[in-house]
Amino acid sequence: MADRRPVPFRGGGFSPIPVRHAAAIGFAVLLALWEFAVRHGLVSPLFLPAPTTVVAALGDLWTAGTLWQHVSESLVRLIGGWCLGTLAGLAAGLAMGVWSLGRAVGVPLVSALFPIPKISLLPLLILWLGIGEASKIATIALGVFFPTVIATYSAIDAVPRNLIRMAQSFGLPARDVLRKIVLPGALPGILAGFRISTSIALILLVSAEMIGAQYGIGAFVLQAGNLMLTDQLLAGVLLISLLGLAIGTGLTQLERRLLRWR
Amino acid sequence: MRLVCESVGHKYGALDVLDGIGLTVADGECLAVVGPSGCGKSTLLGIMGGLVEPTAGRVFVEGAAPAGSLNPITYVFQDFALLPWRSVASNVALALEHHPLDAQVLAARVDDALARTGLREFRDAFPKQLSGGMRQRVGIARALAVAPAVLLMDEPLSALDAQTRELLMEDFLALWLAARTTSVYVTHNLHEALRLADRICVLSRRPGRIKQIVGVGVPQADRALPAAARAMAELAEQLWHAVRAEAVDAEREVADG
Ligand SMILES: Nc1ncnc2c1ncn2[C@@H]1O[C@H](COP(=O)(O)OP(=O)(O)OP(=O)(O)O)[C@@H](O)[C@H]1O
Ligand SMILES: [Mg+2]
Repeated sequence: MADRRPVPFRGGGFSPIPVRHAAAIGFAVLLALWEFAVRHGLVSPLFLPAPTTVVAALGDLWTAGTLWQHVSESLVRLIGGWCLGTLAGLAAGLAMGVWSLGRAVGVPLVSALFPIPKISLLPLLILWLGIGEASKIATIALGVFFPTVIATYSAIDAVPRNLIRMAQSFGLPARDVLRKIVLPGALPGILAGFRISTSIALILLVSAEMIGAQYGIGAFVLQAGNLMLTDQLLAGVLLISLLGLAIGTGLTQLERRLLRWR
Repeated sequence: MRLVCESVGHKYGALDVLDGIGLTVADGECLAVVGPSGCGKSTLLGIMGGLVEPTAGRVFVEGAAPAGSLNPITYVFQDFALLPWRSVASNVALALEHHPLDAQVLAARVDDALARTGLREFRDAFPKQLSGGMRQRVGIARALAVAPAVLLMDEPLSALDAQTRELLMEDFLALWLAARTTSVYVTHNLHEALRLADRICVLSRRPGRIKQIVGVGVPQADRALPAAARAMAELAEQLWHAVRAEAVDAEREVADG
């Protein structure tokens, strides 16, 4: 054929290709720039200490032993508040998921109370429960409760109706339908809710500790700020981030184990 | 066991879906139900198995269930309805676990059902690892495991591709011929109906009424033989004639919802 041309390729782009190590390199470059800027006096170390200084401060705190006291008090509040809020949230979410009256009463109530920033209730909770641990734990529990309720009942809602009908058609009693169909079917949604509730718990923990606590990572960060000890301040922030990272990793492991079928 | 519908009717709110269905499925019979989309076939099957409460009429079973039957009226679902978090064997076991069975008896029943449906090597697989045909085999195995007296099937093959459908239909026919369980088989596919059923019930468009019941005189085992080709072709023609008119009208209907 005389008039012969190749068909030009025009289908490229618009589909992300994984680039190896890009994330790690980007992270390292950012840290290196930061370190460089501080060491060469581009920013004052008083306002922004170098990453190495922050890590060193964390090491000092560790050897001094004060770190553990702050961390342990924080962990008690975090775990106590999260477990309390989660247990109550699961129970309420279950009631709203499977029980029509529970839903009729619960859904409007939850929608109305969910938007209240729970930290704003801390002063009230302090009046009720005192300045001690109870008011902080209650704040965290409240903050965890609402997203857990919502995650639980929407997860139950999302369980395919046909699976429930199938179980009924084989004569499974209601208790078994709940245990073998509804709960395992809702588990992915409930676990996804844990991700949200743990991050909320962490935020509330730090805020509550900044408002009124002697010990705890939040209190430590606040005190360091008051004393202009920015390296210790950032060490505290780093610690909180590591805590959040650890929780996230733990949840990923939990999902891997429990949701292997996906 | 026989299944009897007495002037069964159903309305979803104002939507009249079924009207005056009087029908007896004889012991050991396979009755196919065909009809246009939305004429209430699934609703009828749901009423037959006690999953949908009819707004008119009643359904009865007559006669004893076979010995060892754990769930006299049992479904096979169009979308398989398998639990994705359970393995094949465990999905089959779900139908048995709530009965007071010895662990060995339960395991033997599961094994037997898996063997009959050719799923032995797949017992530890999860549904997402299986093809559509294999998944429906699990659905069939689960139904066989409870030794049903009446089998209700709602378009069990319609989610499968044409070749898988043909293969599974042959296997299913062999299973059915061995057990001759009273069955109701809902389908859009006249070929399936003509291959499996003793009688074929044609429903009208919504509200579904019985338009015609066609008996297939040729025994299932002989239907694929060349000698039966002519009789089967005539039946197919007759059936298509009955279904076509309803399908045309249903097709031209404007959705009212
Ligand atoms: N739960 C429900 N609530 C309200 N309307 C429904 C409900 N289930 C089905 N319908 C309607 O009732 C009619 C009959 O539904 P049904 O599923 O029984 O029909 P079908 O013959 O099985 O249809 P198809 O061939 O598409 O499977 C349809 O118009 C459908 O939209
Ligand atoms: Mg249907």
